[in-house]
Amino acid sequence: MEKRKELIVSAIENGTVIDHIPADKVFEVVRILGLEKSDNPIYFGMNLESKKYGTKGLIKITNRYFEADDINKIALAAPIATLIEIKDFEVVKKQTVQIPDEVEHIVKCFNPNCITNKENEVPTKFKVLKDAEGKIRLRCHYCEKFTTKDNMEFL
Amino acid sequence: MSISLKNRSLISITDYSPDEICHVLDIAEDFERNPHQNLLNGRVIASLFFEPSTRTRLSFETAIQLLGGNVIGFSSTAGTSVQKGESLRDTITMVASYADLIVMRNPIDGSARFASEVSKVPIINAGDGSNQHPTQCMLDLYSIRKTQGTLENLEITLVGDLKYGRTVHSLVEAMSNFNAKFNLVSPVELKLPRAVKQHIKDAHLEYEQFTELEDVIPHSDIIYMTRVQRERFPDPLEYEKVKNSYVLRNAMLANAKPNCRVLHPLPRVTEIHVDVDANPAAYYFQQAQNGVYARQAIISAILGLK
Repeated sequence: MEKRKELIVSAIENGTVIDHIPADKVFEVVRILGLEKSDNPIYFGMNLESKKYGTKGLIKITNRYFEADDINKIALAAPIATLIEIKDFEVVKKQTVQIPDEVEHIVKCFNPNCITNKENEVPTKFKVLKDAEGKIRLRCHYCEKFTTKDNMEFL
Repeated sequence: MSISLKNRSLISITDYSPDEICHVLDIAEDFERNPHQNLLNGRVIASLFFEPSTRTRLSFETAIQLLGGNVIGFSSTAGTSVQKGESLRDTITMVASYADLIVMRNPIDGSARFASEVSKVPIINAGDGSNQHPTQCMLDLYSIRKTQGTLENLEITLVGDLKYGRTVHSLVEAMSNFNAKFNLVSPVELKLPRAVKQHIKDAHLEYEQFTELEDVIPHSDIIYMTRVQRERFPDPLEYEKVKNSYVLRNAMLANAKPNCRVLHPLPRVTEIHVDVDANPAAYYFQQAQNGVYARQAIISAILGLK
């Protein structure tokens, strides 16, 4: 069992593994990172066994590394995801994603009357806030309305 | 103390610090004493009203005339390039090349912030959809300070539609800087949104929620009335049940404090009975008049003329 786990994490020679994605958020993460437009070989798994969380999703992107700002965006969809960088089949860096202070172009504003939903050229921009219970809320830079985790729609 | 608001767009009341707000109120006081000041001296101010508004537009245009400026613009989009599908960016870019300052009302939330990002001249938000209406807030603050002598430590009672009323939200945000106590009087369906209450909590201030207006009148310094609109209720029967609870009548003010004043952003429909008009506490018409001074102050401060 231990050996199999090792295989899942390090089976690519060079690239990035994003682990501990909630099982139903894998495609959102693919979209957030624009991976559907990537030419690199990409593997992903859903409903994999996780001792900590029950089930999880996982994405392996070969020959690609991400800047922290970019990868932190996925924290909105997958707040406990782990980012593993691999070189020559070895794990060279492992980090947990961090929720950014601001996000642009990723999430749609929940307010249908917001300028970002009315004029095509205006990209969305939010301040990321946490309420008293630690739940993430996005405050729109333009219309100042809140988009909550429950009604977050990724672009 | 040197406060300059030159070239600072006013999109949301929170764009200005409490000191900067007080600076604008000081300038407005000066305009109330002496409204005719030819500071603009022929400068051009654009007044772009993408949706009709009687009071705000007339108040702005009066302020500009009193300052000796010229107004260009439109009072609705009928017959303009906007109707032909011109983007907001293009309209603003074009107008910014004609005018020194743009006053804009637009039905889309967030349009004012966007306009301020694409315009080379400052923008004054005269209302962007359900979002912000900072010049209304400024005149409310002016009216409060003028009638109470201070903005500090006041008990503010907000009545009616606290859920959708943008003037209420801005006023709560602004007054949270001045150690206010808030009484929130509304039907359950129209309670102040959680996000706005959070402002009060963040400022470590007190608020109480009520469903009956009469209970809070005796200890209020300001009673800020708003209209409870029938269309806000999914069930018309619910509206019928509550509509009279939020109507202020003269007899209800019998135990009000001597300094108590009744404010309303207007237009009033039935929520303040006409028998209140003769009561010395009625202040809503003077409040509307104060809008001209407040807007003169904002325009001249942003253009660096005061």
